[in-house]
Amino acid sequence: MLKNFLNNIKPKFEKGGRFSFLHFTFEAFESFLYVPGKVTSQGAHIRDPLDMKRAMSMVIIALVPCALFGMYNVGYQHFSVKGLLAEQGFWDIFIFGLSKIVPLFVVSYVVGLGIEFAFAEIRKHEVNEGFLVSGFLIPLISPPDIPLWMLALATAFAVIIGKEIFGGTGMNIWNPALLARAFMFFAYPHKMSGDDVWVSDAISGPTPLANASQNVVDLLPEANDLFWGLIPGSVGETSKFCILLGAVVLLWTRVASFRTMFAVIFGGGLLAFILNVCGVTDVTVSQQLLMGGFMFGAVFMATDPVTSANTGTGRWIYGFLTGIIAVVIRVFNPAYPEGMMLSILLMNTFAPLIDYVVVESNIRKRKRRNEIKQRV
Amino acid sequence: MDNVIRIKKGLDILIKGKIDTSLSAPVILHEDYAVKPTDFYGLQPNLLVHKGDSVKAGTPLFCDKKDERIKIPSPVSGVITNIITGAKRSIEAVCIKADKEQESIVFDVPKLNEYSQENVKASLLASGLWCMFRRRPYDTIPKPDDTPRDIYISCFDSAPLAPDMEMLIHGREKEFQAGIDAIRHLAGSTDNLGRAGSVHLGLHATQTISWAFRECKNVEIHYFDGPHPSGNVGIQIHHTKPLNKDEQVWYIHPQDIVAIGALFLTGKYDSKRVVAVAGSEVLHTRYIKTRSGVNVSYLLKDNLYEGNNVRVISGNVLTGKRIAEDGYIGFYDSFISVIPEGNHSRFLGWLTAGINLYSFSRSFFSWLIPGREYRIDTNLNGGRRAFVLIGDIERVFPMDIYPLQLIKACIAKDVEKMLDLGIYEVSPEDFALCEYIDASKTEIQQIIREGLELVKKETE
Repeated sequence: MLKNFLNNIKPKFEKGGRFSFLHFTFEAFESFLYVPGKVTSQGAHIRDPLDMKRAMSMVIIALVPCALFGMYNVGYQHFSVKGLLAEQGFWDIFIFGLSKIVPLFVVSYVVGLGIEFAFAEIRKHEVNEGFLVSGFLIPLISPPDIPLWMLALATAFAVIIGKEIFGGTGMNIWNPALLARAFMFFAYPHKMSGDDVWVSDAISGPTPLANASQNVVDLLPEANDLFWGLIPGSVGETSKFCILLGAVVLLWTRVASFRTMFAVIFGGGLLAFILNVCGVTDVTVSQQLLMGGFMFGAVFMATDPVTSANTGTGRWIYGFLTGIIAVVIRVFNPAYPEGMMLSILLMNTFAPLIDYVVVESNIRKRKRRNEIKQRV
Repeated sequence: MDNVIRIKKGLDILIKGKIDTSLSAPVILHEDYAVKPTDFYGLQPNLLVHKGDSVKAGTPLFCDKKDERIKIPSPVSGVITNIITGAKRSIEAVCIKADKEQESIVFDVPKLNEYSQENVKASLLASGLWCMFRRRPYDTIPKPDDTPRDIYISCFDSAPLAPDMEMLIHGREKEFQAGIDAIRHLAGSTDNLGRAGSVHLGLHATQTISWAFRECKNVEIHYFDGPHPSGNVGIQIHHTKPLNKDEQVWYIHPQDIVAIGALFLTGKYDSKRVVAVAGSEVLHTRYIKTRSGVNVSYLLKDNLYEGNNVRVISGNVLTGKRIAEDGYIGFYDSFISVIPEGNHSRFLGWLTAGINLYSFSRSFFSWLIPGREYRIDTNLNGGRRAFVLIGDIERVFPMDIYPLQLIKACIAKDVEKMLDLGIYEVSPEDFALCEYIDASKTEIQQIIREGLELVKKETE
């Protein structure tokens, strides 16, 4: 029935139809409802059922535990700061968080997808699904009480400046979601991570990271709390347990690269260990890895297939350096307690260079093989 | 076993419809045959016969405009019934109605102890069997004046549903060896390390049992193990003696070696072949003894599930050519795959559990039931999107070449970069699996083909 309805209204969106300017918008909704019946015309006669939508949905499924926990945690932090925690039931806490977080998702998707659809119509190409993930990530890496207009502005900045001016999905240099966060961070620093962030309802306190950067290790939460996540922080990043659940989904479905993920954690862990042993900082390896957005960045951000390195070896290097730089920024630059965002954006910038070096060595190897021939 | 080359990357697609080896191979000889100039990549046909002409097996039907020594022979004796033309008067097929009694031209062939590069070449050119060779890079028929560095013969086909090569040459081991003895005189030039050129056989380490392959003389034998594309000749060259710039190797199908062997033993073009019908839509998948260029309707008659909308492919489902249900099997192909057309949409298909969908990724729950074979249709399974790589195409590309970078160089038409990245080592078929797993549904084989064409134009 739905199919008939779609087929009936389809001509209006075809060339010459009344809504032909919305052709690609229609296509996006139609292919959202039905995987098209299009068959292969050239090349391989059979194709893997994995398409962009499926791959993107996998990332979103991987993010769902983080999002749900984030909602609960927002409520939890709110009531615990107010000292009302004991009187609230689970659902009260969750629904409070839900009411705070859902508007963030709505704003992020409406603004981002709106721009994506507009660009698709102007450029006459099919709507790419990439923003489905970016739009889900942006609320998760925002502070829960960010004003909605600020979020809208940041999302628009990320999509237009971060993605569309480079030519759209697949061409961007930086991770759009992180760019949105970077925009908020630099444009409105007092609202973001730092010495004082909003926990909820204008109640602020220093985050663990700020304490860590001042080397006030005693004030850090227990590793246990850092792992399970009932601590203040951005919406999606606090529970390392949920992040690990997501990592399992991404790795098992082969949507994300295990190389990048492990290399980031290994790089960060290694440097944290060295710095701790040398006495530069008292923050231990596990605290370094569990604090702030490190794990979230390693699992969901650094592994973005567009902006990370694209060669096997390149991914190890890219991930390793991302981890190292994140810890360097945290330990040596107290002005920016959260190093993960900047570290990933920096390595996004260098990813093409890393690939270039890796590919160049392959090219040199082949040239050497050719040169032996000329000598003979 | 010593020196097995283990190919780790790749994928064996679990597709239904493997060839049933328990059925005996019937002889199906029919009267409708055709040779299709489009099977010979890069050849511009110049017709040598007209409608109504009588031909014998071995009579040249058309030659290459660029080099008239390259001739394509008729597989049977009979009458030219039709010359099918397509767009811009291009010749699509030369159809022949076969006689009851087959007659062949008898060509002059040298004796075994008199073989030399010149007389073997002359015999192959005269009989038209030269066209059975193809060269890497470019997959064209080699020029008669060229000398290949080596000749490669892949003796197992790892592609989905592919037949067992041993079944194809079964009973014709003598001709196979005779063919090898003749063509080994063609491989000549030494490579960059001073190794003399020779004929190379690529065998499967465990599955190849035929003594015709294992105990073949006057060849270098390499053993391979691993998933598709380990049977691709390009992969085998890469892992034994990789191609350098400005080198060429030739490759040929084992069944064509048999035909060449028969030529040098009898002086006649013997177009007898074993072909296979495979695929989920075929009732009885099996081997059939017939001749080159046969009309496939005879092979599929009463052998398809009724009522299904099917696609008939000459060759394998990754690289083969689509043909009509009464089309003709391709010159270089040894089997036909019949799979369902997938022109139906799936409601919220990207969201379902997908228990019946085979996927390289594990994002469909079909991984819960391992080892099952799937009825895979021709649905594109999504729309064309920006070229974003989810997962790794490197996982199915077993060469020391960066596939993504090479594809991008081809899109950018950057010839120098393509050469740097080693485009002369690859062929579109090596990228077939990359195309299969790509979530953005990019036509990667076509991109590589265009890249190779550009390189060919610029360097020749």
